Amino acid sequence: MSSLIGYYSLIFGVGVSILVIFFSIKNFNDTQKLDTKVISLVFLQLLFVIISFSGLILSFVNSDFSNETVFNHSHTTKPLFYKIAGTWGNHEGSLLLWLLVLTLFIFVFLLRSKNQPKQYKILTLLFQQIIIVGFFIFLIQTSNPFNHVFPVPKEGLGLNPILQDPALAIHPPILYLGYVGTSIIFSSALAAVCSNNITKMWASHIKKWVLVSWIFLTLGILLGSIWAYYELGWGGFWFWDPVENVSLMPWFALTTLLHCVLVLEKKLILTSWVVVLSIATFTLSMCGTFLVRSGILNSVHTFANDPERGLYILIFLFILIFLSFLIFLIFHKSENNNSKTFYLLSKETSILVNNWFMMYFLSVVLIGTIYPIFLEVISSQKISVGPPFFNKLILPFLIPFMLAMAIGPKLKWIKSDIEDKIYLILFFVVSLILSVLIIRNLDINFLYNTILITAAFYLFFITLRDFFQRKYRNLSQITAHFSFSILILSILFNNIFSSEVITNLKINETYQAQSLKINFESIEQENKQNFKAIRGKFIVEDQSGLIEVMQPELRIYNQPNIVTSEADIKTNIFTDKFMTMNYVQNQDYFNIRYQVKPFMIWIWISTILLCFSGCLSLVRKKYEN
Amino acid sequence: MKTKIFPIFLIFTFSIIFFVFYKGLQNTNVYTPAIKSEIEIPNFDTEEFFSKDKINSDQIFIGSDYYLLNIWASWCIPCKEEHKYLVDLSKKENIKIIGQNYKDNFDNAKNFLINLDNPYDLIFLDNDGTIAIEWGAYGVPETFLIQNNKIIKKIIGPLNEKLLFEIKELTQ
Repeated sequence: MSSLIGYYSLIFGVGVSILVIFFSIKNFNDTQKLDTKVISLVFLQLLFVIISFSGLILSFVNSDFSNETVFNHSHTTKPLFYKIAGTWGNHEGSLLLWLLVLTLFIFVFLLRSKNQPKQYKILTLLFQQIIIVGFFIFLIQTSNPFNHVFPVPKEGLGLNPILQDPALAIHPPILYLGYVGTSIIFSSALAAVCSNNITKMWASHIKKWVLVSWIFLTLGILLGSIWAYYELGWGGFWFWDPVENVSLMPWFALTTLLHCVLVLEKKLILTSWVVVLSIATFTLSMCGTFLVRSGILNSVHTFANDPERGLYILIFLFILIFLSFLIFLIFHKSENNNSKTFYLLSKETSILVNNWFMMYFLSVVLIGTIYPIFLEVISSQKISVGPPFFNKLILPFLIPFMLAMAIGPKLKWIKSDIEDKIYLILFFVVSLILSVLIIRNLDINFLYNTILITAAFYLFFITLRDFFQRKYRNLSQITAHFSFSILILSILFNNIFSSEVITNLKINETYQAQSLKINFESIEQENKQNFKAIRGKFIVEDQSGLIEVMQPELRIYNQPNIVTSEADIKTNIFTDKFMTMNYVQNQDYFNIRYQVKPFMIWIWISTILLCFSGCLSLVRKKYEN
Repeated sequence: MKTKIFPIFLIFTFSIIFFVFYKGLQNTNVYTPAIKSEIEIPNFDTEEFFSKDKINSDQIFIGSDYYLLNIWASWCIPCKEEHKYLVDLSKKENIKIIGQNYKDNFDNAKNFLINLDNPYDLIFLDNDGTIAIEWGAYGVPETFLIQNNKIIKKIIGPLNEKLLFEIKELTQ
């Protein structure tokens, strides 16, 4: 029943789209004000999508297996929380969620932009409707979430156990708010170009949307990363997997856009940057959807390999790209006031420096992600681009990037001098000495790592000083740069100081190394709602005699029948202790993997702080000098 | 001039990307490792189990249609379980069963064969486990079906009813 309502709501939603388009075009030239009818229609559309989405959730909650999506991705023994989360844990449901966010955002946009010119608002609405209609058709034609199964199966196939994790349950909605938020930026930028509305006022209005998308995108990536760390059980948080890369690319573009918009808000320069980046951000989000959903890349997010779906998104994506570039080339007038020359030492220049670095990082990730596809098509060779590629190309460039990040915000508009030269030099020397002391005794490339850590420390100290000095009263910027420095520092230390032990142990056996003793004490079994847990008990004793009890788990899920390994992670503010165990086939041994990962928690904390700085900027009335 | 080149360049670039993605869609992305069937058997020198005579692998795998190489040890409990299937197979005419005694004690191994019957046409020694590495074996027991000096089937772990049937099918 709920499936039926859901399906017809979708159809009505498309109908409303056509009405919205019709009335907005009619409204474009006639009255001074935006027709309230249009807003009501947009609300109606949102309502239909909400009904449809609720219908799907209800089908999942009731385990209505006459619905194909529910049958494929749910099971009666699944806890209620994961039944609901299962709604977006599959291709069809997640696209419906995507549609929901699209319609929600355009509605909020219309409510929140009362003071903007009418024609600009209507154009934004029209561009957004093009995207919405595109997704409606995609959903109904190729991935209908309400397909019927007959005869009705008694039991569903179940949700992939590795997706049954709290972080992952909220990861898709949050990430989507970020991804889809960029659609508003896209539509609004195109509308602003068409109606020649690129002003300082527009910049401060669109800035809020950029910030909101940026915060959600950052949070979404963070959640995905936390999930990978806790659930995938090999102790890393970032694998340079294509799926992670496609979320990172819009993030780079969005971060750059954020900086450009801040400039535009003050100075009305960099307009081309802003427009192109707005287009690029959404295009990259869409491109990500294409790469992951079409099955052209293999990953956890590839729900089904259906070339028809891929083809549809591909065509849709390129229509949007060509449309937006056409509009950009026809309507866009680049600023002619060249009187504002860029001085070498000025805020404008430092923002430009930031832009180019970001573009470089973006290109590296882009090439690393899609080059294998190109190579395979052209020469049918299969290669895989992994962490070494990205680390080698990105890490060295972080050095000048972070130095610029420390000094850039201190500069003033148009022309300025560096103040407090003594402090800047002093801090550099301190960071350098500190890094040398840290790196000296380690068996790694001395020069490279020292410089890298020096740059990170430098940014850390400079922002910390700014923070206490309050001379530059731009709190959100300082917080953002400060948390970025902590992020980089913790990632670097995490890489350098991590240690790992992999061994096979039987019950009652002890692994002994110079600095470590692991005793496999016992094993116990427990039956849970939809899985059987096998929990090992290990006593880990380190050099200083500190004893820690680790209890990693193996979970044998009943439906589908999959074994997952749950890591046991003991976290404190300095270091994470991480242990997983696995069966060794046909033997009494268990494969034990024990890792000590310093500063893990700081990676999460700094990213949350980064999001918080975005929120700070959102609530502050004005960007200050 | 510059303004015209730019759009053309853009359209050209994006068309290429479109084309590549379109072609890429039709490729399958499911990675299937190449099936390692038909691997040549390794060449090695060893000693015969009872007589301790030196023999080369060339002398072992000659003269019969099929060979079943079984890596076993007396200390290996699954080997005891699968032994009855080997005894069963030893009754088949066109297949020779070769035992590879893996890291074992001679007396224990001999008792093992006395207690459980000896299905092997020939047994050779692998005291340090290096020959097992040559075969690419993971552990004991492991069984290789060989035809014309090529491995046509590899069984990791003990034999069972189903595998026994499969081997019989393959050697028809």
